[in-house]
Amino acid sequence: MSQYYLLQDQKDCIGCLSCEVHCKTYHGLPRGPRLSQIIPVGPKMVGGLPRMSFVFMPCFHCEEPWCVPVCPTGAMRKRPTDGIVYVEASLCVGCKSCITACPWGAPQWNPETGKAVKCNYCMERVDQGLKPACVTKCVTHCLHFGRASELDITRRERFAKNVALELKS
Amino acid sequence: MLFRRLYIKQAHFPGKDENMAKEVYSMCFMCTVRCPIRVIVENDDVRWIEGNPHVPGIEGALCAKGSAGLALLHDHERLQYPMIRTGPRGSGQWKRASWDEALDYVADRLKGIIRDHGGRSLVFGERTNLNTHISKTFMKALGSPNHFTHDALCKGSLNTAFRTLTGYTDADVGIDYANTRHIVMYGRNLFEALEIKPINNLLSAMRNGAKLTYIDPRVTVTATKATRYWMIRPETDLALNYALIHTILDDRLYDTDYVNRWASGLNELQAFVEPYTPQWAEKETGIPASEIVDLAREMAQDKPSVVFHFGYRSSHHLNEIHFRRSIIILNALMGSIEAKGGLFFKKGPKAAGRGNIGKYVDQQFPKISEPRFDGSGKDIFPIADSSHGNAQVLAQAILDENPYPIKAIIANRFEPLQSIPDTTTTRKALDKLDLVVAIDVNFNEFAWYSDVVLPESIYLERSDSLQVASGLKPQLFMRRQAVSPRHDTKPGWLILKELAQRMDLGQYFPYETIEDIWSFQLKDMGVKIEDFDSKGFVALTDKALLWDRKDGIQFKTPSGKIEVVSSLMENAGFQSLPPYEPVNPPEEGFFKLMVGRCAAHTHVSTQNNPYLNELVSENELWLHASAAAKLGIKNGSLVEVSSPVATAVIKAKVTDFIHPEAVFMLHGFGKTVPVQTRSAGKGASDALLQKNVSDRVGGSPALDCTLVRVRAKSS
Repeated sequence: MSQYYLLQDQKDCIGCLSCEVHCKTYHGLPRGPRLSQIIPVGPKMVGGLPRMSFVFMPCFHCEEPWCVPVCPTGAMRKRPTDGIVYVEASLCVGCKSCITACPWGAPQWNPETGKAVKCNYCMERVDQGLKPACVTKCVTHCLHFGRASELDITRRERFAKNVALELKS
Repeated sequence: MLFRRLYIKQAHFPGKDENMAKEVYSMCFMCTVRCPIRVIVENDDVRWIEGNPHVPGIEGALCAKGSAGLALLHDHERLQYPMIRTGPRGSGQWKRASWDEALDYVADRLKGIIRDHGGRSLVFGERTNLNTHISKTFMKALGSPNHFTHDALCKGSLNTAFRTLTGYTDADVGIDYANTRHIVMYGRNLFEALEIKPINNLLSAMRNGAKLTYIDPRVTVTATKATRYWMIRPETDLALNYALIHTILDDRLYDTDYVNRWASGLNELQAFVEPYTPQWAEKETGIPASEIVDLAREMAQDKPSVVFHFGYRSSHHLNEIHFRRSIIILNALMGSIEAKGGLFFKKGPKAAGRGNIGKYVDQQFPKISEPRFDGSGKDIFPIADSSHGNAQVLAQAILDENPYPIKAIIANRFEPLQSIPDTTTTRKALDKLDLVVAIDVNFNEFAWYSDVVLPESIYLERSDSLQVASGLKPQLFMRRQAVSPRHDTKPGWLILKELAQRMDLGQYFPYETIEDIWSFQLKDMGVKIEDFDSKGFVALTDKALLWDRKDGIQFKTPSGKIEVVSSLMENAGFQSLPPYEPVNPPEEGFFKLMVGRCAAHTHVSTQNNPYLNELVSENELWLHASAAAKLGIKNGSLVEVSSPVATAVIKAKVTDFIHPEAVFMLHGFGKTVPVQTRSAGKGASDALLQKNVSDRVGGSPALDCTLVRVRAKSS
């Protein structure tokens, strides 16, 4: 796991897919690769109400990534400083081993360059103290980015508040 | 490469060095919401667009369409230079023209048409925009009464409903989402219509316990976020509201002080809703009577910080005016009009102690005595808002030459062929015209069918007139050019000036640059152009301007009250409270065609955008699983949809999440322009299928009342 963590607060996600376009415009991607894809699930009835989930699927930046050891050229690599897993495009030969290896389909194919491409948490931005494009411009601010050791407590706070309010009434 | 690589490799926006990155505060225009944006520009190219971080409720947020503005900027399939048609209309045979050539061509023909048939023979249609005061100036200068906007097609009946009850239009009314305790939405699909500020304000209210009741024959994303959802029978929302009013009056759940002070016609209302009990409404709407009563009680408990949402698009059914009025009446009963957490009247510069913004249309023009072509505010739509007109009668007026012959049309970012119902008839009407001119950024159906294309620079390439954002705290916003035009395009305010100059009417356009326009607009405002530099907007006051609920609400009706029995309607011969007409279920195999939007697209204008097309590339026909089973239709298979005016083929989406009496499709697909390679031939066009019928009282077409037959497509 990288030092960073990207948290999606599903409660506030409205499935608007904006994060996908923020990502694509920032990385200058053509049609095809979707580095941070929202997978809508549902609707289905839950407790008498229609509910949907919008599951945000970027790269998890694993501690022991499947994609890195299978890369024959060393293009897929992990930054020693913070654990961000990224593709060094100049070394990628387009063999697609990483695409095969990843259990979550994080590495994607860029048909324009003939190389693999994946979420790198917009590391140039991170290095400047900024947040990834998807997080910065999220419509409802439901995406949160930070160090895994400084976890967002929004959900715990919400739970606590709900419990407290129920107790009150 | 299709797109410029947009990595930001250097230090981020380092400073004031002109060659390095600079920030430009501006306004988006991928949709009409016009969110404030911050654009990062380097070497005259856009590197990054985000929501204006200084604006509360935005704080950097931008939607998919907003980010996809970058793809529009670099899209080689948008309009790039003036063109004059060389083959038959719609044949796609064009010659590239210089601006002089194209403007001379249009001006010469307009002069001839006006000489032979008068100024009235020209119509100018547009989607309302920041330069509408200039378009209206153009028409007044040419001596034509026929400027119209897209508005009636979207929300004419809501505009009228508000005027009948309060004297204000819907555009004068806002919603205090952030402080509401309970909001009821009738098909107001807020989370997919995607207005960023309202969404964030509502989500924040919901985090604090606010309830959201959502009513729609179809499960939208908004339905999946609601605390209560009712799958209502299509077209019966009015019955539900009459039952709510019945319950509220019977059980005295209304805000007595407010109603006594501000509403008139309560006795008439009480007598009128007498037969409309919750039990009666249950049969009509399919919503259990007990739940209707529950909602009325819950709303009353939280009043006046509650909202019956009056909607945005309000052009669904023939009784639209009465439905929209019933919503506003419900708010009046809750005392939620001009209340914290309810509705409020938007306050403008004057309320903030400033002068009015300058508008060129306020100049003196030669008097125009001709009637409008569309009967707006006169014989056809007696109480509609004639400052917008009624676009839906365009084709009929041209074909019937009633009230007089129309010879030319200019459409400015307005798309008659996809937004007016019954495309076939609209096309036939265009065939009859001597001159068809498109001013647009998109190569849409209308531009493809025009004689001359005058391409406009996109919002990132141009500055526009200032926006007065009226509200509880009125503000001014500025769209400021971020980069030079990528192609041979011009801003609309310049195109119209140059056209007018060629017709010897340049004196009505006393500006050369956008700064001239801004200075003119600001002359009485006590605001300077530089005031926009640091944040892109100027606040005209720092405290919220809410009128005193006891004595200060300035209703503009003749009585100064909320008129349940409306003098505007009664004087025009319309009943304020006509009896409800029951809605019969369609025969087997037939369905009510409903239309709507998704978060990835704006009406008819973004379907060809590379990024947005990738997200949603075609529309599907939502069809209930039980109906699909009877008709032998499988999910994903092609179906033939036939209406009284056309037939189209589209993929079926078989689902339990739509009422069995309805089918649904997204608006704006089914395009036919071959050079729009990403969107041509994808899905079906709703405007092609819709019959053109209107709510003559309110002024909107009824876009969701066409009955269609659905059949499996034989291969």
